[in-house]
Amino acid sequence: MASPPTPAVAPTARTPPDTKPILLSIKNVAKTFGGNAVLRNVSLDIAEGEFLTVLGESGSGKTTLLRIIAGFETASSGEVWMGTLRLDLQPPYRRRVNTVFQSYALFPHLTVEQNVAYGLRVAKRPAAEIAQRVAEALDKVKMTAYAKAKPSKISGGQQQRVALARALVNRPRLLLLDEPLSALDANLRRQMQVELKSLQREVGIAFVFVTHDQEEAMVMSDRIALLRFGDLEQIATPREIYSRPATAYVAQFIGHTNLLKGEVRGGIARCASLSWPTQAPGGPALFSLRPEHVRLAGNAPEKSPEKNQGVRTRGRVVHQAFHGATELVRVACVDGLVLLARTAAGLVVKNEVELEFSPLDVVPVRESRERK
Amino acid sequence: MFSRTYKLIVTLPPLVWVTAFLLVPYFLMFCYSFWSVTPSQTILHSWNLDNYKELVVKTTYWQTLLRSMWIAARVTIFSLMLGYPLAYFLSFYAGPRKDLLYQLVIIPLWVSYLVRAYAWKTILGSEGVLNTLLQYVHLTRHPLDFLLYSPFAVVLTLTHIYTPFAVLPIYAALEHIPRNLVEASHDLGATPTQTFWKVIFPLSIPGVVAGATFAFVLSLGDFLAPLLLGGPSGIMISNIVVSLFGAAYNWPLGAAISLGMLIIVVSLLFVSERLEKKWSFS
Repeated sequence: MASPPTPAVAPTARTPPDTKPILLSIKNVAKTFGGNAVLRNVSLDIAEGEFLTVLGESGSGKTTLLRIIAGFETASSGEVWMGTLRLDLQPPYRRRVNTVFQSYALFPHLTVEQNVAYGLRVAKRPAAEIAQRVAEALDKVKMTAYAKAKPSKISGGQQQRVALARALVNRPRLLLLDEPLSALDANLRRQMQVELKSLQREVGIAFVFVTHDQEEAMVMSDRIALLRFGDLEQIATPREIYSRPATAYVAQFIGHTNLLKGEVRGGIARCASLSWPTQAPGGPALFSLRPEHVRLAGNAPEKSPEKNQGVRTRGRVVHQAFHGATELVRVACVDGLVLLARTAAGLVVKNEVELEFSPLDVVPVRESRERK
Repeated sequence: MFSRTYKLIVTLPPLVWVTAFLLVPYFLMFCYSFWSVTPSQTILHSWNLDNYKELVVKTTYWQTLLRSMWIAARVTIFSLMLGYPLAYFLSFYAGPRKDLLYQLVIIPLWVSYLVRAYAWKTILGSEGVLNTLLQYVHLTRHPLDFLLYSPFAVVLTLTHIYTPFAVLPIYAALEHIPRNLVEASHDLGATPTQTFWKVIFPLSIPGVVAGATFAFVLSLGDFLAPLLLGGPSGIMISNIVVSLFGAAYNWPLGAAISLGMLIIVVSLLFVSERLEKKWSFS
């Protein structure tokens, strides 16, 4: 993954990158529960038709953020705007936002069909329109055959589809999904990721998808907002968040990385015995270096043409882990530094290796805030 | 798992208890209802249907039974009307005070039934608290006499006594409603009122049915409230049974009425069981 020379610190793209109009603006939203800060001044914009994933571990505040958008929680401070409408002052039933709940929350006393019709019924749409839209929605999620079944008689994956249809039939401007796939087994989960993504493209509604699974976030999202202890660590496209992580936490949470703690003086970064040119400001600094950017030079079958300022070191292999298409090799360098390198699978690695990486692949990252 | 002896020892006491205090009395009652009593007050063990014929022919019994059912029905309706909002408030809005308020619903059940019935007597009587107050504030000149010794007094007292029996099952049903269903309903655009009628109420029906059954069955068979507060116009069917087994000494007729009521109550329980099943989804 060659990355073009970019500014030293990745810009935190709080606004969508392209020119799509902004659908929802979250402005300085904070939430405290009994003195505990669950969200701290989170600001972000969601574009029309965007698939935004809110990613974070449990306790990161991701579900709280979703519940504030839906209206099930009120923010302690901050505002939520949808166009010119101050959304956070509206009760949940007046927001053109629908939610797919983690446990689906289908009404047990209603049939699949009645569940899907619920939103249109309470909106008092004409019966003919309800019938037609419900039929379309059920068809879209391939649940027409189960229209008359009660939710308890269908499987988890099917309940999931019904929950989706029940939300989408109302043609919301924004669909919120609270870890909708977490209850499914791995196979079904992967299948639903693809289906959900293509469904989102088809209906063109903006999705805010909450998950703790970074792989899921990478696969599905247009952009990822990564939360940690209520702080928005970074919001960016999956590619950008991977190649230009803003903080040490982001770099570690998404994929594997080498975190290099060093010192910058006069445009030169130093870490242990290594040094490389950098645009980071002077002082103590933290860098992220992805394992795939570390070449096992001494092991390379062909002599790779020297990159002009390649940083080199050598060390002893302490561990090698098979990851399918690649292998991760842990190398203890001569000066005590431990580096992770990614190689092609099946490569027999010598005990003593030479390592090389390009200064362009070393990304300066911010230190993440300590948990209070 | 357990030895035969152990199982026998464990099951024997309840078995004996049920046989001695339920099955045998029911059987005796069943037999008595087909016997008769002579004018000299000896019981003839000759099998006939005379008691049942009398029940059908004599309007007094019919009317009293109907009045009892009407009283029980009113008690049921009032208990539900008072009990449902209370249970709803407890379950959805009481917050941290939930446990305390729940105890307050339970506590009256610890007070003797008689005490509560007598309390109403002192409140409703012609020299009672209510009449004194009404006269004191010059709303009435003379004591209101319909307050005590009337079906009104019976319905009021029974409603007071049996409302907790309606509250508890309704509260339990409301507590079992997953709160995310309420959120889902709001999320889909339903107002709180629509949410109540389309989600919360339908899902609480098993509790309502159970509460209604409690209130109706318990007040239908009640004889103390009508005895103490009912007066002649407030007599209920159980008072007749009591007097037939007591002063009137007509056990066979009393047994026939009791058997009739037993059939009514058992069919009610059967229907309510079916209703609860139909409306439970967990």
